[in-house]
Amino acid sequence: MSTGTQNVFQANGSGPVEYRRVYVWELPVRFYHWINAVALVLLIVTGYLIGAPIRAFYAAEAYQQYWFGWVRFIHFASAFVYVFNFAARIYWGFVGNKYAAWNNFFPITPKQRQEIVDVVKVDVLQVKMHGEISTGHNSLAAFVYFFTFLAFVAQSITGFALYSSMSNSFLPRMFTWIVPLMGGEMGVRHWHHLLMWFFVAFIIVHIYLSFYHDYIEGRGTISSMVGGWKFDRVKSAAEAAETEAKRNWGPGIKWRPAVKGHHKKPTFREPM
Amino acid sequence: MGQSIWESMQQKGYGRREFLQLCTAAAAAAGLDKSAVGQVAHVFEKKEKPAVVWMHFQECTCCSESFIRASHPIVLDALLDVLDLNYSETLMAPSGFQAEKSLSDTIKNNKGKYIVLVEGAVPTKDGGVYCMIGGKTAESILQTVAADAAAIVAWGSCASNGCVQAAKPNPTGATPISKLVNKPVINVPGCPPIADVMMGVITHLLVLGQVPELDSLGRPKEFYGRRVHDTCYRRANYDAGLFVESWDDENARKGYCLYKMGCRGPVTYNACSVVRWNEGTSYPIQSGHGCIGCSEAGFWDNGPFYQHLGSFPGFGIESTADTIGTVVGVATLAGVAAHAVVTNIRKHRVIAEVHTEDMKE
Repeated sequence: MSTGTQNVFQANGSGPVEYRRVYVWELPVRFYHWINAVALVLLIVTGYLIGAPIRAFYAAEAYQQYWFGWVRFIHFASAFVYVFNFAARIYWGFVGNKYAAWNNFFPITPKQRQEIVDVVKVDVLQVKMHGEISTGHNSLAAFVYFFTFLAFVAQSITGFALYSSMSNSFLPRMFTWIVPLMGGEMGVRHWHHLLMWFFVAFIIVHIYLSFYHDYIEGRGTISSMVGGWKFDRVKSAAEAAETEAKRNWGPGIKWRPAVKGHHKKPTFREPM
Repeated sequence: MGQSIWESMQQKGYGRREFLQLCTAAAAAAGLDKSAVGQVAHVFEKKEKPAVVWMHFQECTCCSESFIRASHPIVLDALLDVLDLNYSETLMAPSGFQAEKSLSDTIKNNKGKYIVLVEGAVPTKDGGVYCMIGGKTAESILQTVAADAAAIVAWGSCASNGCVQAAKPNPTGATPISKLVNKPVINVPGCPPIADVMMGVITHLLVLGQVPELDSLGRPKEFYGRRVHDTCYRRANYDAGLFVESWDDENARKGYCLYKMGCRGPVTYNACSVVRWNEGTSYPIQSGHGCIGCSEAGFWDNGPFYQHLGSFPGFGIESTADTIGTVVGVATLAGVAAHAVVTNIRKHRVIAEVHTEDMKE
């Protein structure tokens, strides 16, 4: 490792390390998360089965079983749960705490954009060892969630469009117009199926990174989605001063660690 | 000109009984109740029979072939007899100059009253040279004919959505009729459409004198309102999860659902499983072959026919969304595993720091 790497923890001296408990994920957010998780898994499993069904196990005549019917029923039922759950989450983005707020998901401020760069360096490419650890969503994760929300919307629309031919209810019927737009139901089916794989990839990365952060940071990332609490390190006076310097965004940008290859002049951003 | 259907039938030697049979069959074909037969008879006695021109453009004439095999011969005979079918390349007696004159006379003498039946798509590329009749392009003929028509019916998938000519890369620029004329077009897709459906549409126009109720794609709802799948006699096997898995397996012999063999029934809107073909004898699924979705737009581009999912463009014929997805999924897993290994190597110091924090207490 580069010897120039700053060790913020050592800077704390030899006293006990203090952590502050922060209530990050409120109950509705946790409910949303787990309902969404269960619905998504059900949707992916049944959706895949709808695309490539397994033959009923023992029946010889159709009246003896309703196996594929149940697979489809579970898919449609979870789809409705998933859509309304998502709608509830959007609502909570306007009334919930700051960690749940809608503006987390769009990199609007320079700070958010800088955090994205930082997370890529620290956690994805690991060219930098320590970065500021955000308490709620980090900006990169939040921005990725924004894309999953887009995928939610696309999947709901294509799903309802496919379902509309079997339904008289208002919600699916609203999306009938999608079908000719996508070149018939084969086209809709195609994209609906392909997007399913986006969720598979997302779930793999999402679960991995939750464990990764829990492992690297040791402040309850995994359990936070059950109890809602995360743990923030209480900073020493020296660290607080360093954080303050970082907030200034000025030319004296000392917080950038002197990692090898960082002799290039940093680009500066205006504060918001 | 100016004759009613009843008058024209009398001339041709039909009796009152046959006339009433026609009225009953026509009422049934138009979806009317028994009590409406009297009104149909009244219309057929009094109303002037409409002039009809049947245009053939870029097509294979399978629609005409299908039409003449309608399962109610009396209606068909009568329709062919009583309609003033003034122009039809396949069925008319005149040729050359006389044929052209017949078309222009019909347009001139029946302004706003004649019905145009179009079979085939219209090629628009390279000035329309790919389909020309009597030195004129299909498009210019269509525009002339459509200008004063009372109703336009697009027969078959060619005229409705372009069919095979419009399949990628569509070298002739084959275009459906509804995209070329500024009038409502009744689309009757299918390759070919079912004879009885064609007859039903004509009868509806004739009896009720109005365009049948159409869906968002311009198809008559009475025939294209439901999927082949919804009325399929094998549907129970689908819900039970009993599927044919290869063409020669026991499941195929038992007549299970063809969903896994790429049957397009669930995405195809047509009346095949209700009306059936060849005088109600059978339809593809009943004969053991999946539906290929011939009445759906772009069905040639959604192949292969024997796969549930269409192939994914740009990745070879056999690659479906699942092939792509599996690659993405495995790549993600590999990426994540690699990242986990790298984390333990590169960040061993950070991990150690977290552990020393614990020691400090």
